[in-house]
Amino acid sequence: MPIDKRVRFEDALDGVPDGATVFISGFGGAGFPNALLRALRERGPKNLTLVVNSATHRYSLTHELIAADMVRKVICTAARGHDKEPSPFETRWMAGKIELEMVPQGSFTERIRAGGAGIPAFYTPVGFGTELAEGKEVRRFGDRDYVMETAITGDLALVRADTADRLGNLIFNYAQMNFGPVMATAAKLAVAEVRTVSDEPLPHDRIQLPGTYVDRVVAV
Amino acid sequence: MSALNRLQITWRAAQDIQDGQVVNLGIGLPVHCSDYLKDDVDVILQSENGVVGVGPLAEKDKADTDLVDAGSRRITLRPGASIIDSSWSFAMIRGGHVDVTILGAFEVASNGDLANWDMRVPNRGPLVGGAMDLAACAREVWVIMEHVTRKGAPRLLEKCALPLTAVRCVSRVYTDLAVVDVTPQGFVVREFVDGISRDELQAKTGAPLAFAPDCKPLKTPAIAVTD
Repeated sequence: MPIDKRVRFEDALDGVPDGATVFISGFGGAGFPNALLRALRERGPKNLTLVVNSATHRYSLTHELIAADMVRKVICTAARGHDKEPSPFETRWMAGKIELEMVPQGSFTERIRAGGAGIPAFYTPVGFGTELAEGKEVRRFGDRDYVMETAITGDLALVRADTADRLGNLIFNYAQMNFGPVMATAAKLAVAEVRTVSDEPLPHDRIQLPGTYVDRVVAV
Repeated sequence: MSALNRLQITWRAAQDIQDGQVVNLGIGLPVHCSDYLKDDVDVILQSENGVVGVGPLAEKDKADTDLVDAGSRRITLRPGASIIDSSWSFAMIRGGHVDVTILGAFEVASNGDLANWDMRVPNRGPLVGGAMDLAACAREVWVIMEHVTRKGAPRLLEKCALPLTAVRCVSRVYTDLAVVDVTPQGFVVREFVDGISRDELQAKTGAPLAFAPDCKPLKTPAIAVTD
């Protein structure tokens, strides 16, 4: 049977359990899977762990999951709101209702890459001597100290791309790529929302993420 | 005293960017350095979200919401630019392939320690972004900041009071009053503005200052701050 990863929008998030670890792509307004985030909020699984660059970016609908009290923990690089009033994340974090794991952005993305690449942990110079390295193993290589960071894997990746084909191959628009490729590799179930699905397989040399990493695609 | 305004500080820092370098400009004030590069200097501006070759800001009607820099600003690409994913972008930073990063800061210590990510603002969540990666791993880390806080407290210190971004990383600091190198012997002033004495500059600094033998006046063109 020919491989076909295209699904109906209403089926895109079938099987997402309570307690899932969910990757959410996007940076700076580019690559937020907002249609899937809205769909996830409507399904309403509880006790989620979100792995997302920013818990508070104004253009991402991540905050809707947080405001709906579906989130137990956030692993991110940015958790500061933009407005005078604290963001949904900040109010819950200050009240002790949500856990925060703040990670330097390069370690954040490398931990996810490692998760999808079969590497359980790695050493990085980033964060050494700072409070974000507290409690982490430190090891000296040569004349420099390195912090051990562990891989992140998850249950679901929500990724935004520009174009897909039935095999799940993805092409991104400009800086939409950001965390999408590594997040897809580290999740058991990777779902891509795209602007359009091509009827023909995408040109070999334009594909930026092989469809082998993508389980479902949906045009939104 | 002819203290520099903030765009003049960025102008001064930009004069030290060398032809052919790969440069990452921090969000906020440092991104303005790209407006003041010397005429014959061609550089590749790297943005942490994966843009290698950032061009000028996009005009409103031509902006693409998927083409942004680290500060979420809608940008254009320079000829020959490329875009990579975040992991590759940070591998580029961590691997020492970025020649210079210019960052804003709250405090710099005389051993090069940098504090620029957490001001301990009450009731606000933290934000680290790529600051630690850039500070720890760019080949050179330069800082742009006011010499003292709004309350007049020194920002150049023996030891940072705020949470560190990275240890022993800063090599040069550009302030509204001086250009200061961080050396194994501590702070060395390379240039400082007219109208202030060495003692007065020292009084505004929280660690001992040495003055370079060829220490010069810090001069920039007039640049209006419009916003």
